[in-house]
Order: sequence, then structure tokens, then C-alpha cells
Amino acid sequence: MSEMRNDLLKTVDRMFDEHCPKSVRESAEAGEWPAAMWQALEEVGLDRAALPEAAGGSGLEFDDAMAALRRSAYHAAPLPLAETMLAGRLLAAAGLDVPQGALTVAPVRPNDGLEFVRSVSGTTLAGVAHRVPWGNVCAHAVVVGELDGKCVVGLASTAGASASVEKNLAGEPRALLRFERARLVALAPLEGALSRLETEGALYRSVQMAGALERALEYSLQYANERVQFGRPIAKFQAIQHMLAVLAGQAAAASAAADAAVEASLLAPDEFAVSVAKSRIGEAAGKGAEIAHQVHGAMGYTREHNLHYSTRRLWSWRDEFGNETYWQTRLGRAVTAQGADALWPMLSRL
Amino acid sequence: MHEFKFEPVQMPAAAEALRVEVRAFIAEEVAKGTFTPSRNSWSSFDADFSRKCGERGYIGMRWPKQYGGHERSALERYVVTEEMLAGGAPVGAHWVADRQSGHQILRYGSEKAKQTILPRIAAGVCYFSIGMSEPDSGSDLAAARTRASRVEGGWKITGTKVWTSSAHRTNYLIALARTSPKAEDRHAGMTQFIVDLSQPGVSVRPIYNLYGGHDFNEVVFDEFFAADDMVLGEVGMGWKLVTGELAFERSGPDRFLSTYQLLVESIRTIGSDPDARAANEIGRFVAHLATLRRMSTSVAGMLERGAQPIVEAALVKDIGTAFEREIPETFRQLIPTEPTLGEGASYPELLGMTILRAPGFTIRGGTREILRGMIARGLGLR
Repeated sequence: MSEMRNDLLKTVDRMFDEHCPKSVRESAEAGEWPAAMWQALEEVGLDRAALPEAAGGSGLEFDDAMAALRRSAYHAAPLPLAETMLAGRLLAAAGLDVPQGALTVAPVRPNDGLEFVRSVSGTTLAGVAHRVPWGNVCAHAVVVGELDGKCVVGLASTAGASASVEKNLAGEPRALLRFERARLVALAPLEGALSRLETEGALYRSVQMAGALERALEYSLQYANERVQFGRPIAKFQAIQHMLAVLAGQAAAASAAADAAVEASLLAPDEFAVSVAKSRIGEAAGKGAEIAHQVHGAMGYTREHNLHYSTRRLWSWRDEFGNETYWQTRLGRAVTAQGADALWPMLSRL
Repeated sequence: MHEFKFEPVQMPAAAEALRVEVRAFIAEEVAKGTFTPSRNSWSSFDADFSRKCGERGYIGMRWPKQYGGHERSALERYVVTEEMLAGGAPVGAHWVADRQSGHQILRYGSEKAKQTILPRIAAGVCYFSIGMSEPDSGSDLAAARTRASRVEGGWKITGTKVWTSSAHRTNYLIALARTSPKAEDRHAGMTQFIVDLSQPGVSVRPIYNLYGGHDFNEVVFDEFFAADDMVLGEVGMGWKLVTGELAFERSGPDRFLSTYQLLVESIRTIGSDPDARAANEIGRFVAHLATLRRMSTSVAGMLERGAQPIVEAALVKDIGTAFEREIPETFRQLIPTEPTLGEGASYPELLGMTILRAPGFTIRGGTREILRGMIARGLGLR
């Protein structure tokens, strides 16, 4: 790891250690915006970490920004950091200005579509977007759709658009946004914007899951070494050791898949590498969380222990921006379309 | 706690050039009818093919030129290895010698052993078996009872090795033997020896496997004489040597590509328009494979830097072999056929042989349970 990356992650760790205690996670789940944490995050420039420097970025490389995002997930920070990064990059790619503050993106569900309508007073937006992450608290949403058969990126105010709010399993808000002839703050064409939103979103969730899984493994190792039963720490039992070895394997695979996807996506999200990552890490999330809880016994099933902050995120994020079946099927069809003999060249390219 | 870090590696340009070259070589050999890819894995023994590999410089790639090697990097070797496996090349004859035995000799062997054996391995004409397991010593390798006693000019070895793959057609094996009685430290007092299987005092008897194939053997030493220059490393240091050897045995792409040919033939059989379930399963395997490959190349990078990635190798082997075993189990449900006993290239035979070979994947080279114990130790649990 580069020294700069190391320093960056230390800063991120310090910030979340200070601003993301249990009390803040709990109040955020109750619906309170963690303003101090967001402000601290803006002060170190994390909100703009994934932006190119020309678009107001903080001068970090994309892989450094992803390392910071992963760390925020390790800390289970209840903030729309991934969404703000993604929204900002879509705007920047379309040549639009990136506004201050937390941002979200829409649509994020496969069957949702937003309609861009040209009128005399300018282009307006209509339609319903379900489960928009943090859509009720972000002042702006970056919206993507088609206009005259071409992909466009727009910036819309969410004022008055949030109709109802659900929560994902981690208690993060997922809002239904209804746009009725809403005026767009800005609009520009961006080729492939719809697939970019989907693929880059899946990349970010993959990176986040790798971070949450790393934390779940750490909690499990710590608990197994501390918890004494039958006169010894449960870590001394072979059954537990083997479970934790499997969990470590899932975490290591998730980490490797996330790294590979980030590396392949430095310029633009790489569909093959992201499909691999979201598929593999989604599977690791489920299998890893299961073991982590089994090791923790009843303690991990309580609100008191911190494990659930990581595992509830894993159980949420694996289904957002396409679950394993979605990405695996795409991957499978991409492979069969090219034929069996094309598989190895495809794999060895990475 | 040991931190598992699978750092990325950048394949050097030389490795990518080599990839193109190896791919062309394999395609040429397939076109000539030398072998049928789908029928092969790294346990397919073909001395003619090994000789061709030797001629082309694909064996002993990392060794010094003075011993017949090619002074290439670990990553270049990795690329050749994975291309051979993916291409279904019959590399079994030289596999063990190239993967681990040669390295042991290079690092710990006498000058004479290096000069007489390594160039022949690199030429693809000299093959090795592994002499670790015994009738009462499998996973518990330190329980080995094969004994070596000091005699004039060398050692007399007596004892029995089992599951010795290909000993009926290889030239040598490296035997782990006890050179002093068991002490409190049960890992002390062991030594590795190079055993020339053509010499008197050693007999090889087949142990047929579950489908009737002859790969395994029982190798009996009856006062077999090993000269001093056939000792590896210092006398009594065998445990350290053998664990280092296992890192090489466990870390490569052979630990997740054993059933790659079945994956390819299954995709071919399913065709270009898979149903939803088949597409999903194929995609899942591809996701696993791409990730395993990433982790395995990372281990090759660690070897290149001179590290001893023993725990990482165990981890890659554990998840890699679990993956290999899933492939026949999944495709038997997707492609309605009845697996057939036979060595032919038809799909039912390929499926059948893979099912029959699969139990070995999570046993050979260290059982899944032994590997998980090592990973647990790495995690600070034992």
C-alpha cells in the first residue's frame, strides 16, 4: 500500500472513530441526519474524493477514493457517501457542475424509468423512482434516462418529490421519489449513462460489502478469543476454527474481487469485473454473515453487540444495484454468447 | 493475527508475450492431434509432451541457467502453468518435478544432485513423485515412521510410503524419513532424501483407485541406500523443508483448474442460448474463477518477492478445491445425462470421470481440514 493511501485511511479511521459512535448510528436509524459526521467528512474532502480534480475533486486517485469508501463501510457509517460519489461522477462525466452537499441517484430499481419531457419552458422530469437511497434527505438527485433516444444526465431538486420512505435492513432510508413535471437544475447528454449508473452503483456496493465483511470477520475473531465456554475460549474448538477459516476465505475473496473491479474501473466501470465482484461478494456477504452470527451465538443476535451494524448492511447491499442472480446471469450470457473457447481469453485478460 | 492481503500483481510484458507463445504452441499440438484437451488435467502423464515442453523452455523456468533453467520470473512461470491447464495439455509427467521437487533440490540439494538431476528435469525427461504419506501417517505427517540410519557414505532407508502418485513411471521421489528417534518436539529429527527409484532396495506396488485406475502406489524401502549427496538440507531439518515444499504444492492454479475442462465442455454443451438457471450458474462459476485467479496470481507475486505465503496458499487451495468440486455437481443437474465410466472424450464420460476424481481434490496436497487448521492458526486462533 502506498504511503499516501495509508495516511488517507488513517485520517478516515480517525474521523469515523470520533464521529460514528453507536449513539450516532442509532439516531441515524431513527431518522436523524448525522450532520456532524457529514460535516467532518466534507472537511477532509471525502464527499469529493471520487471526482476528477478538474470537476472539483480532492485530488485523490479513484482507487484511493474507493479505499476510503470501503473504510466508511467498515465503520458502518450511516451516510450516503457512495451515492454522493456516484452522483458527482455522473455529473462530472456529463460536464455538469457538482453542487455542494449530499447527493443521491435515481432510478436504482430495474423496472423504474424516469421520463424526460421537452417543453417550451425547458425539459422536465416525470415518473416514480423506488427505493432511492437517502432520497428523502439529499437535496438533489442525479437522474438518468433517455431524451430523444439518447442517454442524459440531469440534476433534480428532491424538494416535494419524496412521497414515502422505507428502510433497508440496516435502517438506511430508501425513498420513493415522485417527479411531476419537475424542472431540472441542469441537463446534459452522457453516452451509456443508464448502464454506467447501474454498473458503477454495483461497484460501490461491492466495495462497501468488502469493508463490512472485513469488520464482521474482526468481530468474530475477537469474540471467539474472548468468549469462554467449557473452560476455554471457543476459538480453541476445532469446529469454531474451521468456521472462522471459511469466513476468512469469504472475506479474502470479497476483498480480492473488489480490488480487481476497482482496478479495472479506473477510467469507467468495467462491466465484466463489476459483474464478477457483485456476484462473488454478494455470495460472500450471505455466507460470511451467517458464520459471523453463528460464532457470536445469542450475543450477536442482540442490539447491544455491534455485529449487526455490519451484517444488516451486508444483507441489504447484496440486493441493491442487482443481486447475485442478476449479475451472474448477465455474466453467464456474456460467456455463452461468445462460446466456450472464449472463456479463457476473457478470464486471463484481467 | 496474520493479515490476509492478496495484493494485486501486474503481469510483466514478458509474461503476456509468453502467454501468446504458449497458447499458439498448444493450439498447434491440438491441431496435430497430439492430445484431446477435454480429457486432460495435470494428472495426465505424457512423456513425449513433457519433452516438448522441456525443449521449449517451459520447465524449470525460474532456475539458474547453469542447471538447465531459464531464469524467468514466478509470474512468467505462472502464465505458462495456467495456459497449460486451461488448454488441457497433458503436463502430468513433469508436474511434480517442476512444481516442487526441482525447487527443493535447487535450494537444499548437493551440488552433484543439482548438476545431475535439474538439467534433466528441465529437459522434460526426468520425473518425480512425492514421498510424504505413509500407512499410518497422512494428515499427521510428523508421525512418519520411515527411518534412515547412518551407514558408511550415506543412509539406509527402511519403511513404506503410500498414495505415491506415478511412482511406477517416475524416476525419483523425495522421501521424508526419521533420522533420529522421536523427541518431545515431534517435528525434530526428520530429513528429506532424494530417492532414485531405479536403484535396488525400493519396490513399487500399484494401489488401484476407486475407478480402477493406476496412479497411486505403495513404495517400500528395504535398506535402500541413499548416498550423502542425496540428502536435502541439513540432517534433522526435514520438517522445515517439507512445509516449504507444501507451499509450492498448494499455491498454484492447479488447485482450482482441475475441472476447468468440464466447465468448458459444459458451456459448449449448453450452447449459446442458455436458460435462466444455466446462465446464472455459469456466471457464478466465472465470478468464482476470476476471483480465484486473482488470488492465485497474488500468491505467485509473493513467491516472486521471496516470501513464504504458506497460509495464503492454504487459503487459496481450500476455496479453490471446493470450487473444483462444485462444477460436476452443478452441471450434472443442468445437462440431463447419465455419467458414464470411460476415458473417452464424450460429455457423459468426461462428467463421469470428473465425479469419480472429485473426492481427491480436497484431500491431495493437504486435506481441507488440515488447511483450515492452518488458516485458523494464521488467524491467531491456535
